[in-house]
Amino acid sequence: MQNTFTQLENFGHSLSAQSYLIQPKSAEDIYSAFKLAKKIGLTVTARGAGRSYNDAALNGGGILLDMSAMNQILEWDQVTGRVRCEPGVTLEKLWQHIEPQGWWPPVVSGTMKTTLGGCLAANIHGKNNFKMGTIGEHVLEFTAVLPTGAEITCTPKKNADLFYAMIGGYGMLGIFTSITLQMKRIHSGLLTVDAFPVQNLHRHLSSLQDDAPNYDYIVGWLETFAGGSSLGRGQIHAARYLHEGEDKNPQDTMKVSNQVLPSRIFGVFPKGLLHYFMSPFMINLGVWGVNTGKYIASLRRHTFRQSHAAFHFLLDYVPNWELSYGRSGLIQYQSFLPKETAEAAWTEILQLSHKNGLPSYLGVTKRHRSDKFLLTHAVDGFSLAMDFKVTDGGRAKMRAMLQEFDKIVLVNRGRFYFAKNSETTAETALAFYGKDIVDKFKKLKKRCDPNGLLESDLYRRVFGE
Amino acid sequence: MSDSPKPAPATPLNPRRCGIIVGASDGIGAALARKMIKEGFTLALVSRQKDKLNALCGEINSSLNAMRALAYPHDVTNYNEIPTLLRKIVADLGGLDTFVFMAGINLPPGGVEKYNFENDHKMVEVNLIGGMAWLTPVAEMFQHAKAGQIVGISSVAGDRGRIGNPGYNTSKAGLATYLEALRNRLTRHGVNVLTVKPGFVKTEMLKAAQGATPFVITPEKAADDIYNAMRRRKQLIYTASLWRWIMLLIQHIPSVIFRRMSF
Repeated sequence: MQNTFTQLENFGHSLSAQSYLIQPKSAEDIYSAFKLAKKIGLTVTARGAGRSYNDAALNGGGILLDMSAMNQILEWDQVTGRVRCEPGVTLEKLWQHIEPQGWWPPVVSGTMKTTLGGCLAANIHGKNNFKMGTIGEHVLEFTAVLPTGAEITCTPKKNADLFYAMIGGYGMLGIFTSITLQMKRIHSGLLTVDAFPVQNLHRHLSSLQDDAPNYDYIVGWLETFAGGSSLGRGQIHAARYLHEGEDKNPQDTMKVSNQVLPSRIFGVFPKGLLHYFMSPFMINLGVWGVNTGKYIASLRRHTFRQSHAAFHFLLDYVPNWELSYGRSGLIQYQSFLPKETAEAAWTEILQLSHKNGLPSYLGVTKRHRSDKFLLTHAVDGFSLAMDFKVTDGGRAKMRAMLQEFDKIVLVNRGRFYFAKNSETTAETALAFYGKDIVDKFKKLKKRCDPNGLLESDLYRRVFGE
Repeated sequence: MSDSPKPAPATPLNPRRCGIIVGASDGIGAALARKMIKEGFTLALVSRQKDKLNALCGEINSSLNAMRALAYPHDVTNYNEIPTLLRKIVADLGGLDTFVFMAGINLPPGGVEKYNFENDHKMVEVNLIGGMAWLTPVAEMFQHAKAGQIVGISSVAGDRGRIGNPGYNTSKAGLATYLEALRNRLTRHGVNVLTVKPGFVKTEMLKAAQGATPFVITPEKAADDIYNAMRRRKQLIYTASLWRWIMLLIQHIPSVIFRRMSF
C-alpha cells in the first residue's frame, strides 16, 4: 500500500491531501477496492479530473480511485444524440467526439477538463441553468457499483430514489460505471453573443432575470471592487444558438480545429507561460486596476459570434491560471440565493468584503432554476461566485468573514454548492438543506454503504458527526 | 469508518499539519509534542506507557478544547503491528507531514567491568530496530508522496564507542547511520531527514548516565532546538549546540589515547 501513497491538490491549489491511489479499469476493480478498504479499515473516494475547488475529490489518509483510466465512449448514436460513456470521459473528449456531427453537450462546466463522473457527482450546471437545468436532467440512465458490491442501473423511473440522490451525491453512495446522456442538436459551431454593461447590482440581477428568456445562455461578470452606487456593476454576456440556415457553412464551423482555443496570443506568445506574468498583478491594487480597465472596456455594447468552446470554457482560456494566485492558492465562495433576496444579501456581502479589505478578485453571476435532485444547490434565483486569494497571514480573517457571509446567505434562504465552497460546515449544510433532506440522504447512504466505506474529506466536513 | 475521535476537518483557511511522535509519553518526546501542538500541529502520540500517554493527550486536548493529540499505545518492539498501526494513524490524522522517532531506552551494563547481553539486546531492539521498523514504511510513503519530514533522535553517545555503555553507543550509532542513509535516499524525492543528537537532558534517562553529566538542558530547551531545526529543514543538530564542538573534538581523539581514557 505504501508505494501508492500520493499527494494531490484541489483545483485551487489551496489544499492537498495524501492518499493511496488505485486506478480501476472496470466495475470489478472498483469492487475489489471496496473489499480491500473494508479489510484494512480505510475509506474510499473517487477522483475524476480533480477540478473541484475544495475537498470533494480528496480523501486524506484513505484510498482514492483515480477514474481516468475508465475513459471510453462506449456508444454514440449520431441520429438520436444518445451517448453512453465511462465515467472518466472528459467533457473535452465528449464534445470533440460529437460536435463535428452537429451535437453539443446540453450542460457544460466552465472548464472542459472535468469528467462526466465528476459532473454527475456534483450535478454541475452551466450558463444555461435557467433553461436546461443541471446535467442530471439530461441523464437517461446510469450504472453504478455500490460498496456492497451490487451493480445497479438507475433512470428517472427505475431506482428513482437513487437516481435523484446519486446525481449530486458527490460519490458518497456509489461509484458510476457508465453514464447515458442525451446530447443537444446544434446547427452551427458558433453562438451569437451579446455583450453589454450593467451599472449596479440591481440592474445586473434584473438583466439576468429579464433577458434570460430571450437567450440560451446568460452569464454576468461582476466587478468586485466598485462600491457605493456602482456596487455590483459588471458586464452581461448573453448568447443564443444559431438557427438552421443562419450559418452558411456549419460543417466548417463545427470542426474541432475551428473550435479549439488558440494556444498563442497574437499567434506568437505561448499562453502556457501567461500565468507567470499574471502573478505579480494578483494583489488588491493589481486586480483593482484590471477590473476597472475591464469594466471600462465593457461599456461598449456589442454583438459577435464565438465558437462554443471559446464561449463556454473560459477557465481553459489561460492554461494553469489558478497558479497565478501563488503558493497558497485560491478559494471560491459561491452562494445561491432566491431572486427575491439576492440583491439585499449580496449588497451586504460585497460591502463586508470591502470593509474587511479582502475583496474578491473575480465575481461571476448566473441565473438558476430549482430542480428535483436531493442534494441540489440550485434555487429559483441567482448565484454569485467569488474567487479569493488565500494568503498565509490572512487565513483567520478571511475565515471569520466567510462565516459572516454564511450567516447572511442562510438568513436569506440561500444555498451552497459542494463543488465550490471549502469552508461550509456541517451545521451550515444542515441549516440550508434542513433535517429531512440530510436524514433522507444518510438513510440512503446506510442502505448503499452499510460499512461507511465511501468518505471524502468533503463528506467528513459537511456530513460528519 | 474508524471509531477513533477525529480532529476538525482541514480546509484552505484552516489547514492542518499532521505529525507522529513515537516515544512521546515523557522527556523530550512530551516536550516536543507540546511544542508542536503550540505551533499548530495535530499529532498522533505513540508510547508503550498507556496511562502517561492518555494523561498527556487529555491535558493537551482539554487545554485547547479541540482534538489535537491522539493517543496510540504501542511497544515499538511489536514490529509486526507497525504497518497496520501507521495506516490507521494516517487515516485518523487525514495525512502525514512529519514523523519523529523518539523512542529510546538506556540500560547500562552496570559498570565498566560488566557485560550484559540481555540489556544490549533490548536497547538495539528498541532504539535501532524499532526505529528501522517505523522508518521503513514511513520512508516509503514519503518517497512516493514526494513530501514530508523525518526526525530521528540519535545521541552524542553514538559518535564514539566508549567504555561505559557499548550497547547504547551501538544502538544510537546504528540509528544515526540509518538516518543518514535515508537522507541520501530521500532528499532527491523532496523529503527532509533530520538527525538529532542530544547531549545530557534532564529526563528519566539521565538517571542511567554514568559519571558526570555536564551541560544538562531541560527537555523544553531540547524540544525548541528540534522544532527550529525542523522548521529550517536542517539535516543534523546537536542540542545543546555546544555538543557539536565537544563531539568534534572527541571524535578526533586518536584511538591510542581514547582507549586509555576513563570515560
